[in-house]
Amino acid sequence: MDTIMTTLPYLLKGLQVTIYIFVIAIIIGFLIGLLVALLRLAPVKILNWIGRAFVDVIRGTPFLVQLFFIYFGLNSLPFISLDNTTAGIVTVAINAGAYFAEIIRAGIQSIDRGQTEAARSIGLTATQTMRYIILPQAFRRMLPTITNQSIISLKDTSLLSIIGIADLTQQGEIQASATFEAFKIWLTVGAIYFVIIYLLSLLASYLERRFELR
Amino acid sequence: MSIITVKNLQKSYGKVEVLKDINAEIKEKEVVCLIGPSGSGKSTFLRCLNRLEDITNGHVIVNGHDITDPKINLNKVRQDVGMVFQHFNLFPHKTVLENVTIGPIKALRVDKASAEKLALELLVKVGLREKASSYPGELSGGQKQRVAIARALAMKPKIMLFDEPTSALDPEMVGDVLDVMKQLAQEGMTMIVVTHEMGFAREVGDRVIFMDGGYIVEENIPEELFGNPQHERTKAFLSKVL
Repeated sequence: MDTIMTTLPYLLKGLQVTIYIFVIAIIIGFLIGLLVALLRLAPVKILNWIGRAFVDVIRGTPFLVQLFFIYFGLNSLPFISLDNTTAGIVTVAINAGAYFAEIIRAGIQSIDRGQTEAARSIGLTATQTMRYIILPQAFRRMLPTITNQSIISLKDTSLLSIIGIADLTQQGEIQASATFEAFKIWLTVGAIYFVIIYLLSLLASYLERRFELR
Repeated sequence: MSIITVKNLQKSYGKVEVLKDINAEIKEKEVVCLIGPSGSGKSTFLRCLNRLEDITNGHVIVNGHDITDPKINLNKVRQDVGMVFQHFNLFPHKTVLENVTIGPIKALRVDKASAEKLALELLVKVGLREKASSYPGELSGGQKQRVAIARALAMKPKIMLFDEPTSALDPEMVGDVLDVMKQLAQEGMTMIVVTHEMGFAREVGDRVIFMDGGYIVEENIPEELFGNPQHERTKAFLSKVL
């Protein structure tokens, strides 16, 4: 118990970093996803193609390779210098963005065509129809899958410890080698991740009830 | 004076020609009922009138605007053409009042207070004032369709299109919706109604158009078309539905 109490402040510091990176990355990732989904649904072939290529490339490569490419690969180029936190946020955001794009696209396409027709027939523009009629309904349907992807992305942030970000996992490694109490430390780290993810899923079910389908 | 003129309208989906050569004139304040077997093209014809369907060939002039012109501002034209759908297509995430006000607020930039005032008047007119704060999911089919009519009327359209407005309703709900439509007709609204309600066509229609196979086969005042059909196909159809 003593080991846990003395290392806990360090682990919680790591947790702060994990949450900070997760929150920023997931917001940017959602915006990327929305943009890419709209590209994929746009009535212009070249835009569809760009959206599709982005999704295919990100989905078709491992997270760790993306992280190394952005942190080591891009940083080896002249005029580019990313610190590890920025590189980590960018990687998580882009990775989540590709999956969000598919979730949002499917959500938009699941809304009955009649909704668009009704909105256009009262003179709303295509943009207004998307914003006021389609997206609010699609968002509610997407919530469970968005939650799922957010949880996956939160867990992916633990890989950022590899490029030296002092997140929860990194703090776990430091404390485990400092105290030689690997069992207790990693059990504690796992428990902290579990609690955070559990809270996240509680938030999601609250949102689902709040925006209940009528 | 014609408020809608349709010239040589053709509509194909790929190789399938749904509308072959439609020519029609609709006069202001006229109530025209479109009847015909399913697959005859009557719904497609109606949906071409506000270009919910892209038009393959020909011209459709609505309220002085040729809507087949690629440069036309369709959003503007559609503000004058209300449409009521078979499956209502109310916005389920919005209250009845919001369903009726969203068009005026977003498309016409009317302020919220006057949009709500108008919406409440229209809800009184369709007999649903007390449902203003309900959601569509809480209404019966007939009530939904009357809200849909109010939603279309909130744009103060010059023309109303009805696409089988009572086909998805339980029989006892049909009357309420037809009553609202009858009242609209009496107030002088220009209406084009795709319908299987021959009683309504006979009673309220100024003119009935019979379509089959992508053509207008016959059109006449209701007494003549129902009482004395000229074409074999019209006779065959009416013998089945009357």
